[in-house]
Amino acid sequence: MSENVEVKTLTIDGHEVSARRGQTILEVARENNISIPTLCHLDGLTDVGACRLCLVEIAGVSKLLPSCVTTVYEGMEVHTDSERLQKHRRTILELLFTERNHICSVCVANGHCELQSLAQSQGLTHVRLPYRNPDLSVDASHERFTLDHNRCILCTRCVRVCAEIEGAHVWDVMGRGINSLIISDLHENWGASSCTRCGKCVQVCPTGALFDKSKVGSEHPKYPDFLPYLNLMRESQ
Amino acid sequence: MSQTIVIDPVTRLEGHGKITIQLNNQGEVEDAHFHVTQVRGFEKFAQGRPFYEMPSLMARICGICPVSHLIASAKACEAIMSVDIPYTAAQLRRMLNLAQMVQSHALSFFYLASPDLLLGMESDPATRHIFGVVGAKPELGRAGIALRRFGQHIIELLGSKRIHPGWVVPGGVTEPLSADKRDETLGMIPEAYANVHLALSEYKKIADNFKTEIDVFANFPTYFMGLINEDESIAFTDGALRLIDAKGNIVDDGITASRFTQVIGEAVESYSYTKFAYYKPLGYPEGCYRVGPLARLNIAKSMGTPLADKELAEFRQLADGPLQGSFHYHHARLIEILYGIERIEQILSDPLILDKHVRATAGVNRLEGAGQAEAPRGTLMHNYKVDSDGKITWANLVIATGQNNKAMDLGVLQAAKHYIKDGRFSEGILNRIEAVVRTFDPCLSCSTHAFGQMPLDISLLSCDGQIIDRVIR
Repeated sequence: MSENVEVKTLTIDGHEVSARRGQTILEVARENNISIPTLCHLDGLTDVGACRLCLVEIAGVSKLLPSCVTTVYEGMEVHTDSERLQKHRRTILELLFTERNHICSVCVANGHCELQSLAQSQGLTHVRLPYRNPDLSVDASHERFTLDHNRCILCTRCVRVCAEIEGAHVWDVMGRGINSLIISDLHENWGASSCTRCGKCVQVCPTGALFDKSKVGSEHPKYPDFLPYLNLMRESQ
Repeated sequence: MSQTIVIDPVTRLEGHGKITIQLNNQGEVEDAHFHVTQVRGFEKFAQGRPFYEMPSLMARICGICPVSHLIASAKACEAIMSVDIPYTAAQLRRMLNLAQMVQSHALSFFYLASPDLLLGMESDPATRHIFGVVGAKPELGRAGIALRRFGQHIIELLGSKRIHPGWVVPGGVTEPLSADKRDETLGMIPEAYANVHLALSEYKKIADNFKTEIDVFANFPTYFMGLINEDESIAFTDGALRLIDAKGNIVDDGITASRFTQVIGEAVESYSYTKFAYYKPLGYPEGCYRVGPLARLNIAKSMGTPLADKELAEFRQLADGPLQGSFHYHHARLIEILYGIERIEQILSDPLILDKHVRATAGVNRLEGAGQAEAPRGTLMHNYKVDSDGKITWANLVIATGQNNKAMDLGVLQAAKHYIKDGRFSEGILNRIEAVVRTFDPCLSCSTHAFGQMPLDISLLSCDGQIIDRVIR
């Protein structure tokens, strides 16, 4: 450990833990086997704090803060699993399910979907809000992959992996709020865009929004864990 | 005073339907109809979806015969891709389709029809169900449950789950068969033979008790249509359709899926959400025909397997030429179960059945494709049109139940006219009229792509629509 590293001590759910300065609560929690649910976070990509599933309570702070972008400080007291947080997380998931058309039974990601798994792990049994059932399109113009806006949760993992790792920045977000949509280039068809066909966006997509055309009928596990290794290899060069 | 008898919904069917019987002032049956009362709209919401999603999406139409939809849909997609699937994939799909036919026929015969056949049309409705059958004839009840399990378990072994397996995909299947699964399936075959032989011998013993039912349960001349192989043996997954008339003469032959839409039309009647399929050159309703086990056995020159061929020869003795009575559907179903078991055994003995090459790949090479297969209850056809990206722009499904619709409708009228005299009817008589529909084993969920629960509600209506009497069970 270099001399410049400053050690912070804090408690997470009553456990005393130590961390390096600049680490996020999420990093420290995971180092200490304390689980915090996430959706937009992915090891190897910059965090944007978009999904709000990783919200935590911090003693003395009235607001709930996203643990993926909140750095630790000395004497911090963090709670990750209070009843209030559980309720908020379930509500966030309910809102995600109502916003677009998530039909697990006929989704290519059924059984391999992070949204589906989170709903199960967070005890979401019902959606109390009316479904919006928006009329959204499917972009099947790409030779190998398909984008189904119906299943997109706007986590922007695809946008970040394309810009930060592949360096192509094909994906971006257009519109605002509930009308936001993932677009390729300046809203071209994916097939006509500057896509390099690397497929990283498909592997990091947590749902069935981005999928491989050759995989259908619940046979589409994804392998986003290549990212940290890819970063490590690049750094070592 | 004229009145209308309504049986709503009809029980022990797959789906939601009702029967209305119109009586005139003398209490005689004036008219009768079989109605399918719901609509789901699969053809509409498939629009905009990629074609390669169609098999798993369309299979959700039905929990009884999802495999038929998987296969017809995958074949339509393969027409769009313009590919021939690998040999082993075709063999595995044939086996899957037969396994489903066995389980669905077991469901129809033992769970839905046998309470009428074994306990009697007039028996107490409170015990006229599969548990009543198990109580009265434990061995037969067990045989029925075991045959259903046999089919379902093969589907599970091949496709990982019993209902809506995602294993059939455009281009073939996702996983090859393992030696363990092949051997496990082969191990189940002897018991399946014993069970179907028991059912056949029991059925033959009691069939003579139903002479009247055989005469008036949709017993009239119609055309018949079904798939046959090139050697004129029965087919479920391959081959082309043949249409014969009531005397057995070939009316049309070699009807491939792409020609299906040219020769088969669909008429609409205001009283049912299920369309009425007919052979276009003969027009509607003259060109209406029957499909399913009876039609297939009337058309095929042979079953192509030794035990089933013996049974077919005996079945043919029941009439000179094609059998017209829909009651014989029950018998035909048991023969097809026997055939299914024999064919599954043959397919599993194929040395190439464990081959790992089970999937062909391709993109959109045609903008329209059609696929056909025999569902347990008759011919099923899926027809899709796509844009250049492969997104569905139009879909049409022609379901077995729609092809039997006119015969069911007329069959209900025939039985009602025979049984209802002077405006009097009993529960047993209404059960017989329902049983006419049951012989066809219609799948109403498939036919309108609809679903529902099935309590029985019989209303007696006056000519101005007032309810005079009502029984709900």
